Amino acid sequence: MADLSIDFCGIKSPNPFWLASAPPTDKAYNVVRAFEAGWGGVVWKTLGEDPPAVNVSSRYSAHYGKNREVLGFNNIELITDRSLEINLMEITQVKRDWPDRAMIVSLMLPCEEKLWAEILPKVEATGADGIELNFGCPHGMPERGMGAAVGQVPEYVQMVTAWCKKHSRLPVIVKLTPNITDVRAPARAALAGGADAVSLINTINSITHLDLDRMVAFPVVGNASTHGGYCGSAVKPIALNMVAEIARDPVTAGLPISGIGGIGNWRDAAEFIALGAGSVQVCTAAMLHGFRIVQEMKDGLSRWMDEKGYQSIAEFSRKAVPNTTDWKYLDMNYAVIAQIDQDKCIKCGKCYVACEDTSHQSIAQLIDAASGVRTYEVIKSECVGCNLCEITCPVEACITMVPQQTGKNYMNWTQDPRNPRAEVVG
Amino acid sequence: MIESLKHLPQARGSNSELAEHFTDLAPPLTERRAAIEAARCLYCYDAPCTRICPTEIDVASFIRNIHDQNINGAAAGILKANIFGGACARVCPTEILCEDACVRNHDEEGQPVKIGLLQRYALDNARFAAHPFERAPATGKTIAVVGAGPAGLSCAHRLAMLGNDVVVFEARQKSGGLNEYGIAKYKLPGDFAQQEVAFLLSIGGIEVRHGHTLGVNLHLQDLHARYDAVFLGLGLNASRQLGLTGEDAPGLMAAVDYIAHLRQASDLASLPVPRRAIVIGAGNTAIDMAVQIKRMGAEDVTLVYRRGYESMTATHHEQDIAKMNQVRIKTWAAPLDVLLDDAGRVCGMRFEETRMIDGRLTGMGSFIEIAADAVFKAIGQSMDAVGLSDEMARHITRSGDKINVDGHFRTALPGIYAGGDCVAPGQDLTVQAVQHGKLAAIAIHNDIQSTVGAA
Repeated sequence: MADLSIDFCGIKSPNPFWLASAPPTDKAYNVVRAFEAGWGGVVWKTLGEDPPAVNVSSRYSAHYGKNREVLGFNNIELITDRSLEINLMEITQVKRDWPDRAMIVSLMLPCEEKLWAEILPKVEATGADGIELNFGCPHGMPERGMGAAVGQVPEYVQMVTAWCKKHSRLPVIVKLTPNITDVRAPARAALAGGADAVSLINTINSITHLDLDRMVAFPVVGNASTHGGYCGSAVKPIALNMVAEIARDPVTAGLPISGIGGIGNWRDAAEFIALGAGSVQVCTAAMLHGFRIVQEMKDGLSRWMDEKGYQSIAEFSRKAVPNTTDWKYLDMNYAVIAQIDQDKCIKCGKCYVACEDTSHQSIAQLIDAASGVRTYEVIKSECVGCNLCEITCPVEACITMVPQQTGKNYMNWTQDPRNPRAEVVG
Repeated sequence: MIESLKHLPQARGSNSELAEHFTDLAPPLTERRAAIEAARCLYCYDAPCTRICPTEIDVASFIRNIHDQNINGAAAGILKANIFGGACARVCPTEILCEDACVRNHDEEGQPVKIGLLQRYALDNARFAAHPFERAPATGKTIAVVGAGPAGLSCAHRLAMLGNDVVVFEARQKSGGLNEYGIAKYKLPGDFAQQEVAFLLSIGGIEVRHGHTLGVNLHLQDLHARYDAVFLGLGLNASRQLGLTGEDAPGLMAAVDYIAHLRQASDLASLPVPRRAIVIGAGNTAIDMAVQIKRMGAEDVTLVYRRGYESMTATHHEQDIAKMNQVRIKTWAAPLDVLLDDAGRVCGMRFEETRMIDGRLTGMGSFIEIAADAVFKAIGQSMDAVGLSDEMARHITRSGDKINVDGHFRTALPGIYAGGDCVAPGQDLTVQAVQHGKLAAIAIHNDIQSTVGAA
């Protein structure tokens, strides 16, 4: 069986699945249940100054799919609302009882070096394996000058990271906010401040939906609402891109990344790892299904690794990074064309209307005069290979995109004569 | 009192006990189930369910509206195409229409979207502050409609919507036609048919006059003279005859007559119920009859058909309903003799076994007898010829039972239109009658308007 254990910037863990800093890791009771279920590590829910934060109700709200499955989820919870003392005590006890599991402590404090200098030795004394700086929390805390308010200013990220390195021997993971134009800037700042790793993404500013009778968004607090932090499956594409951006940025290419954002199964985890992550953090999936899902995640990942011949996580980590590039380096001569498997086609016409109304009019509707039966066929000369028909088709593998033999060599946009700024090709 | 069966015992059990056997055949969808079912609709383009619907309801659109929680929008979309959408949702053979055409039959789920139940959900749960359709400015025209069944009322509603006034003449005491008198009670329970008629009439401009029977106290000649146009939605009122001796004996009657009594009875316990019954026929009326008499308490019900299952006009779904209700189905047996007891009452029937030989139904010379206290014939309906016996009506050409009409439901007589079961095209379905009425109304309106223009 494949070895799932990892060494993430010096933090050892029996598997790459960590619970992200969030409600599931707020106290010993939950964390012990998580370790019993098999999670490789936890990032303890963010500690801050005393007196602890105070929360409102309600706090969560969901974006549902067609069948009421939760696609995305947001929350307006703050950092831990329990005292620093009790949190530190519990962390100490849990780490003592579960020495093989990764114990990372999330921290959030105002930008004053003194405060960080005070708390870091206390955290170190718990026996924790590392700290994660919460520079991402998008709600409540930024109003107090913390969380995303820090994460959005690279200079602050660098400064606080440096303080932590100065006042602690523990590995420092800087957790980044996605609520920023270019995530590479804070990642570079974290590296410059001495960070051992970055983790991302934190949640995205969001309003899931409204009560149109009361004219108020969810989650409702009395008669008002506020923006919350979005997470869950829906944010995965955004998170994957941001992980890739950092993994392929020459400045931060070597920086360990803990991937977060919509990871709900082994495949999601494998994708994050292939795009640059060394560990993955999970929260929403556990909140929706319980801690037991780690069993299927571990099983699926290790079976897939066995099938592919990967003996360790490191063997396939970052393997997709070289294949992720800038648009201008894509092959202008590569071409695919849609192909409809007529045996699988159920004749719903969705591909036809999508292409006809909104794309390239490259699907023909043929009507049999006698039976009235519709047949849909690709007009090859018109198809640009955009994938829309494949996406709209409700039948799996009915429409496929077939690579075409163009007989032309690789040529990217920088070389393309159609590009007014193309390099002259000899 | 049903004269033909008055010698039989009354149903056992109280009215309320019996009524429990006639509740909804298919329970309505709950909100959540409707949401799940609506989510299964693929919102096909040029959807086959819509193409096959005789009234051309935009199925994909109304289901999407249900999914988007726009229930009034869904209902209005259905009613725009089919003002009897509520009845059709309950009585349409969806298994051979929209649901048979659903592309979900062909995909991995292998189950059609429950279109009929979704249509019912939309109409049951719509809440309109007023009638959903406004009448066009008055045309000053008045049209006579004969028959307050689905065809006639559909025609009347569309004519009213287009700005015309309508007078509907109906022979029976209630409007609704087949929906009121002829459909199995468990398909249209309660007073649904009357509620639907009331809703339809609430558009205004339609007057219904009951107790007017064409050929008796109503004559085509007068209608033609007094109104701008006439629509005949006569239906098929006469039961076909077996042509056997003893056909008029006590204990033998038309299934539709018993069904009408059953549907109108204020006390089900007062109805006569045979212990053993035979139903002759192979259509939905035969099934409706067999199942209902079984539910009324008959111990032994045999449905007899002279051909095989594959030729039955009752759909597979209907046949399954019969089987679920322990109705025995005997195929390949043709009625031969009505057996009478000493008092001259029905005590059974003799059938000759049949086969198809060289494409012809042939008697095999072997016979079976089935004992029964009552025999119900459901071998089809024909037009009551009395209605079209006046001097003018004779000019209306017919093919057999059915009135000939052109593509716009015009008969051979100018200004006289016809639709529903009394005309040739179609499948004798409620939904078909509704479509005829609707299209005829549009044709009548256009014809009258063009006359105005020409004048």
